[in-house]
Amino acid sequence: MKITMAHGSGGRATSDLIAEVFARAFDNPVLGAMEDAAVVPASARIAVTTDSFVVEPLEFPGGDIGRLAVCGTVNDLLMRGAAPQYLTCGFVLQEGLEIGLLQRIVDSFARTAREAGAQVVAGDTKVIEGRKEESGGLIINTAGVGFVPEGCEIGAAGAKAGDAILVSGNLGDHHAAILSRRFGIDNSIKSDCAPLGEMVQALLAQNIQVHCLRDVTRGGLATVLKELAERSGVTMELDEEALPVDAQVRDFCGLMGLDPLYMGNEGKLAAIVAAEDAARARDVLAGCAYGADAAVIGRVTDEAPGTAYIRTLIGGKRVLDVLYGEGLPRIC
Amino acid sequence: MTDFKIDMDRQITKIKAWLAAYDGPDISIMEVCGSHTAAISKYGISGLLSPRLHLISGPGCPVCVTPTAYIDRLLELSLEPGTTVVTFGDLMRVPGRARSLADARSEGAQVEMVYSPMDILRLVKEQPQRRFVFAAVGFETTTPVYAMLLEQLIEQKIENVQLLTALKTMPEVIAWLCENGSGIDGFLAPGHVAAVTGAKLFEPLAARYQVPFGVAGFEAKELLLAVYGTFRAAVRCREDRGRADVKNYYPSVVTHEGNELAQRIVDKYFEVSDAAWRGMGVIPASGRLLRAEYAGFDAGSASLIQDHRKNQACRCDQVLMGRCLPGDCPLFGTVCTPQNPQGACMVSEEGSCHQYLMYHRTR
Repeated sequence: MKITMAHGSGGRATSDLIAEVFARAFDNPVLGAMEDAAVVPASARIAVTTDSFVVEPLEFPGGDIGRLAVCGTVNDLLMRGAAPQYLTCGFVLQEGLEIGLLQRIVDSFARTAREAGAQVVAGDTKVIEGRKEESGGLIINTAGVGFVPEGCEIGAAGAKAGDAILVSGNLGDHHAAILSRRFGIDNSIKSDCAPLGEMVQALLAQNIQVHCLRDVTRGGLATVLKELAERSGVTMELDEEALPVDAQVRDFCGLMGLDPLYMGNEGKLAAIVAAEDAARARDVLAGCAYGADAAVIGRVTDEAPGTAYIRTLIGGKRVLDVLYGEGLPRIC
Repeated sequence: MTDFKIDMDRQITKIKAWLAAYDGPDISIMEVCGSHTAAISKYGISGLLSPRLHLISGPGCPVCVTPTAYIDRLLELSLEPGTTVVTFGDLMRVPGRARSLADARSEGAQVEMVYSPMDILRLVKEQPQRRFVFAAVGFETTTPVYAMLLEQLIEQKIENVQLLTALKTMPEVIAWLCENGSGIDGFLAPGHVAAVTGAKLFEPLAARYQVPFGVAGFEAKELLLAVYGTFRAAVRCREDRGRADVKNYYPSVVTHEGNELAQRIVDKYFEVSDAAWRGMGVIPASGRLLRAEYAGFDAGSASLIQDHRKNQACRCDQVLMGRCLPGDCPLFGTVCTPQNPQGACMVSEEGSCHQYLMYHRTR
């Protein structure tokens, strides 16, 4: 069965769709009350974020738009040291969407939310028209609320000269997986789409002095570090040799003329920690389910505030700026 | 294996020491290929050179050397009812006289982006009633793929696909540069091109103009080795101590004779033609067009030579000829940025201006 305009009418078809597809997957007392707004307990300091998700294809190796939406939202909360608590979701369905596919995506959303320890407390669906050649799409919008522990001050301006830079695993997996599917290239690259709660909580529980956290998404690690360098007024210095990149992703990037430093992940974080905690932080990350390839990749200095660069394998120095353009595959 | 690695590392250390300490007359080497410009930026090679050694990027980014008339013809085609233009990603944002394919797409033009020309076979099956025009841009490296596509089209009796070609060949433009006084002492020859044509392609040029060529690969160490070897050869030539020749620093991929199968299939479908290069004008015999017997597959590629400068101050042409560095252009990084490119060298991610801006290169 497919989504039709009737599913957006607000009538019987809408309530059937909500009951069968959404309510079952998200089942909890807050949502079950079917009130106009959720009333929930909070803490003294909350973190709030919102995000929208558009991806083609809707399902891809390693994940789908539902898992992506939860990970993208909770990871943003986690990067401020917040523990994710509540999620909302707005599903914009395009006419022609297979209900079976929608069900799989909603189930995946629910499963990932449980994994991340967040409750879905409010939701909405709308249906938009689909033209003949373009139909069956799906857009998800979310909001996320997390509780921030007292005294926890993690932000983009916290990096200091002398700190160590870590990344929680291989670069570029999500981007390479999506591009491979989009261009019909046969490989076994999987998206790394994952919630980062276990890692952040482990770092904080082990009393690692965490100064900045950022999830490495669009624009890649280079863009993230350049932004942190500007916000903190420091220099980020990376060692190319230390960068973790999966061999298959490296080959794929070589073929497409893309650079793993500028490719998006959906389950990796960059952490700036006090130098004396660097090795311990690496071990903590590597002990987490999604952190096996964590590595210390560089250091923070005060050489030229606001800049980032990398020492290449042959000892050259290359400046890292934010991503220009769109990362389009090249001709030859 | 370990011993080999130690040897290689020692060699790299020595090479870097020579490149940094060179104190003779100024020497300029041109890397002709856009992928080499990108690799040099990426590995930070230009920063390892003494101020007397210069790497200059040349006209080897296919998107950058394509004249605006070609883009404008693609735009016209993309707006014709029932026609879809199919292209590689980096051609999307190149401005024609007034706008780019990406601009036109947002206004309803039919443009599909693919990774390989062969993807068009899938599109044709999905929409057999449409006419597809492939934007066949490239050098010797890419031309065999278009020839293979034609072979498939003919074999599968597919008649709703055409090519709009802007195919170029390297030797003639290198000769043009040598004859038009760019002051180049040596060339890093494009490894991917040489894989098809063989390293022999550059031998007549080396002999005729007495400049050394180093066929280079794209990995950090092999590229550094080629840069070093070519600078050394150029110094020797300058001092009249050596005869200019072609050295192959990419033997894992490039042979002397090249890929003869690829050369044959290209000759089957394409003939030598004049071609228009942005900034340099028409260079005789520097391109390829479909042979007359395959004219039915051509979407009107001949005589697309007009080149319109979007901004009169743009110095893309001078950059492509190695006569100035991107930073010498008054528009660089201010009026002309990747978000709002005034010339093609800023559009393509392998264009010289894009590379110099992105990596903050000043040399």
